Amino acid sequence: MSASLTGPAPGHDAKAAPAARPVARSLLVMPSVLVLLAWMIVPLAMTLWFSVRQYNLLDPSIHGFAGIDNYTYLVTDPDFWASLENTLILLVAVLVITVCLGTLLAVLFNQPFPGRNVARVLAISPFFVMPTVAALIWKNLLMHPIYGVLGVVAHAFGVPPVDWFAHYPLFSVIAIVSWEWLPFALLILLTAVQSLDTDQLEAARMDGAGSIAQFFFITLPHLSRAISVVIMIETIFLLSVFAEIFVTTAGGPGNATTNLAFLIYSRALLQFDVGGASAGGMVAILLANIVAFFLVRTVARRLET
Amino acid sequence: MTDSLTKRLVIAILGWTVALLLFFPIFWMVLTSFKSETDAITARLAFAPTLAAYGEVFARANYLAFALNSVVISVGGSVLALAFAIPAAYSMAFHPTQRTRGTLLWMLSTKMLPPVGVLVPIYLLFRTTHLLDTRTGLILIYALMNLPIVVWMLFTFYKEVPHEILEAGRMDGANTWAEVWHLLMPLTLPGVASTGLLSLILCWNEAFWSLNLTSSSAAPLTTFIASFSSPEGLFFAKLSAASTMAVAPILIFGWFSQKQLVQGLTFGAVK
Repeated sequence: MSASLTGPAPGHDAKAAPAARPVARSLLVMPSVLVLLAWMIVPLAMTLWFSVRQYNLLDPSIHGFAGIDNYTYLVTDPDFWASLENTLILLVAVLVITVCLGTLLAVLFNQPFPGRNVARVLAISPFFVMPTVAALIWKNLLMHPIYGVLGVVAHAFGVPPVDWFAHYPLFSVIAIVSWEWLPFALLILLTAVQSLDTDQLEAARMDGAGSIAQFFFITLPHLSRAISVVIMIETIFLLSVFAEIFVTTAGGPGNATTNLAFLIYSRALLQFDVGGASAGGMVAILLANIVAFFLVRTVARRLET
Repeated sequence: MTDSLTKRLVIAILGWTVALLLFFPIFWMVLTSFKSETDAITARLAFAPTLAAYGEVFARANYLAFALNSVVISVGGSVLALAFAIPAAYSMAFHPTQRTRGTLLWMLSTKMLPPVGVLVPIYLLFRTTHLLDTRTGLILIYALMNLPIVVWMLFTFYKEVPHEILEAGRMDGANTWAEVWHLLMPLTLPGVASTGLLSLILCWNEAFWSLNLTSSSAAPLTTFIASFSSPEGLFFAKLSAASTMAVAPILIFGWFSQKQLVQGLTFGAVK
């Protein structure tokens, strides 16, 4: 410390440095900003451009300006509406399951019981399983009508086993995705529950509030912010569920499990219709942006405090 | 007294039932991986444990090549993201301007771009630049994909370092490089490490870009497991062995980084 008080270090102009440096140092953010800007603007502009072009990789002779043809084709395609419906059903179902169960489980895992830490770790584990593994383990080891655990259990009870992916394909995908995301909701909400002021609960108990009243009037309001964050982050990921569908149903049977992400993938990389896929891409971007708007607003408010 | 004892018993039973149910698919996968193929298609709990499935995965599927791709791509993507994020987070935490808050939020918003919305241009760009099915290609994508989260996490860690420490170093003649590398880095090493770990987990499990942009030579484990989708997936023991090996390392990392995960994935909005 004494060196800094007695004078400038050798070779440095103490007067000039502080004036010049802050500018240079605040420019260190630029590399990140520039690569992210390129990562955002270039593909976005290309998607927008392709979406108004006739462009099929299989047939280079067809090209030119398409105007809104790709969009018109998209909205008159029943597959598109089916995929939009599937996307929304998947989204809402998984959100309801993970947020409701996640809240209850967060409260449960906040109670002291023997081995609680181990139980928490076990419950959170599914979130770290890669989507392709999660999907195939569920499809084959658990839900296979003959060899799967569920089939064997059904057989033991004399109930005819269910061919889940043939008869309830979308429900099966919902089950898998919920299993992956319930631990996420639990993890976030548990963190939030732990920051709850226990004095407040104590006071409520003194005033004669039962467990249920405590949950609805103290815990739930306290969690509202965390719940909204969970909903928004899950929404962003759930709008583009892909791997789980890719390895289990490939969008089928028919278009029963084709969501927007899978539709765009199949338009682009199976049918090579760049224009049509890009129009779909613009719809996906629009959907995500509506959610993003609210998420950024919530986080921004947090940044103030 | 008995009332509260009953309550506690109910909570313990409920808690453990839920935990075991949620963990069951993973447990069953590990169990099945030690079965022979004939035992694997029965739900029997009693069986002669064997490593045959593991042996077969190693022998037939060139498993190590896929695992190596996963390691190289995840580590590469995370290191690259950190290399860009450390100067950025340093600059925003210690030399903020009026634009810093806006920049942070804008970075967050780039994370909201759905990958499927830009699949077509990225695929075409990769095709033209011969990046399809290369590790370099995926490393670039993963670094960009995780950059906002990495910047955010580092920013929150750096925010907690007192400015005076860095200022003292500056007075002693430390240049920017020395300031970041010799002063800030040792102080925030745990934060940098946990940020890197989170990025590693996200890269390892990423399955949209890896499925669409790689097929064989650069394919990581996510893509390798997808090749079991059918009809090979019916070899339950082999599927389980391959899956267990793909999941195990990251599962263990995940257990250790729960706290950072909450911070990183919610952009600090939940504490």
